[in-house]
Amino acid sequence: MSLSAYLPIAIMALLASGFAAISLGLSRLIAPHNPTPEKLDPYECGIVPLQEPVQRFPVKFYLVAMLFVIFDVEIVFLFAWAVRFTQLGWYGIGAVGIFTLLLIETLVYVWKRGALDWNVARRSRRRPAVVEPLTEKAA
Amino acid sequence: MTHFLETVFQSVFWSAVIKVVFVFALLLLTALILVWFERRVVAFMQNRVGPNRAGPFGILQTLADGLKLLFKEGIRPRKVEVGLYLAAPIMAMIPAFLIFLMVPIGAPIHIGETTVTLQGADLNIALLFVLAMSSIAVYAIVLAGWASGSKYPLLGGIRATAQMISYEAAMGLALVPVVVFASSQIAGGSLGVGTMSFSRIVALQAGSFRGPVPGWFVFSLLPSFVIFFTAAIAETNRAPFDLVEAESEIVGGYHTEYSGFRFAIFFLAEYINMFNLSAIAVTLFFGGWLGPGADLPYVGWLVPIFWFLLKTYALLFLFVWIRATLPRLRYDQLMTLGWKWLIPLSLAWLVVFVLLQGVRVFGMPWS
Repeated sequence: MSLSAYLPIAIMALLASGFAAISLGLSRLIAPHNPTPEKLDPYECGIVPLQEPVQRFPVKFYLVAMLFVIFDVEIVFLFAWAVRFTQLGWYGIGAVGIFTLLLIETLVYVWKRGALDWNVARRSRRRPAVVEPLTEKAA
Repeated sequence: MTHFLETVFQSVFWSAVIKVVFVFALLLLTALILVWFERRVVAFMQNRVGPNRAGPFGILQTLADGLKLLFKEGIRPRKVEVGLYLAAPIMAMIPAFLIFLMVPIGAPIHIGETTVTLQGADLNIALLFVLAMSSIAVYAIVLAGWASGSKYPLLGGIRATAQMISYEAAMGLALVPVVVFASSQIAGGSLGVGTMSFSRIVALQAGSFRGPVPGWFVFSLLPSFVIFFTAAIAETNRAPFDLVEAESEIVGGYHTEYSGFRFAIFFLAEYINMFNLSAIAVTLFFGGWLGPGADLPYVGWLVPIFWFLLKTYALLFLFVWIRATLPRLRYDQLMTLGWKWLIPLSLAWLVVFVLLQGVRVFGMPWS
């Protein structure tokens, strides 16, 4: 398969972005344009916005993103093996099996550590943080 | 005439241009019909009538809405990051249109000596390309949410990212058995090189499963299809996974600050994505355009297209039916379903399926 098979993709990318850009431009030409200060405020359900939007968000979203990277890379390797499934035979299944076991282990570890729990209250109830005072231990 | 068409389709460039324009028009038309179809079906399920004024049965309603949005003021709020804010709708359009190029919509046509495939691009890595493009689609949403400089879009964008990448992992894992199965179908299981090309996967489903039942992959790979379809609903941010634009919590989600035609572009991309994923499910699991009657005189080339559209719309009906039936999940339920159910399930199914398939194709490992 030569690179020319990708030609339709390039043309379609141009066509789709061109269509979006031109129709947005057309809309700008024919639509009314009279901004007022209130109209340009960030949306706040009808009241005057008082706060800036928070630029920080829960760290769990980063965790999900990192886990996704692990799984997605795994999947890409799996596809490469799946195409050659019949040629690699049991040797391939064994090799990929070890690879997949490592992935399952990752999932179990992350699960046990509570990274997949989104409800913080429930998590703290399950594993109460009992911190023994240092002074008592010393005594 | 035939000679002229033959010359045109023999040129790589012009045949690419014609196919692309055709796919583009088909997708725009589909989006128009699909929005109307969904509103009508949901209306009937909720004992309403739905849009029935514009054109016969209200079928022109979407066109009217689109024209209205074209004439509406596009408000650009003060706090937006202008470049990304304006680019985000365009970035949402591109992957939506590119995915459908991979899907074969009918049997190859013969014009004189030349064979024309009814498929935008027949890549040998079509499956990977589709997964890659649906990952790229996340960028448009997260950047739209971030660039709006407002709290609800930001929350919607972050939610969308976490949701889409979680279900993308499950979707990818559910598709591995499809490729494994396709490889072992080729050349009776001996020494054949497998394939990720959609046209070849469709061709592999041509036989019969058992007796009159066609050889669609869904009969052998039902768990894969269930996981794929669940993940597809989450990927397209549809109810019951529409946390991304949960009106009662975060207003409009990532497109809260988008108005006028900019909003229309996001809307269009969303419906095209829905159609794409149904079409891919049909291609991988339901035999694509395969169906009886392709050897009829004169209309024979239209029959496969009819089967393809019929199957795709059946799945789209399922999309709409699920939306009308199920209430929205809570966010922690959504993440639990993705990470604690779908991903372990798809891993377990992968292991079981590969072991069974290994025994079937190679015999016992110790023999």
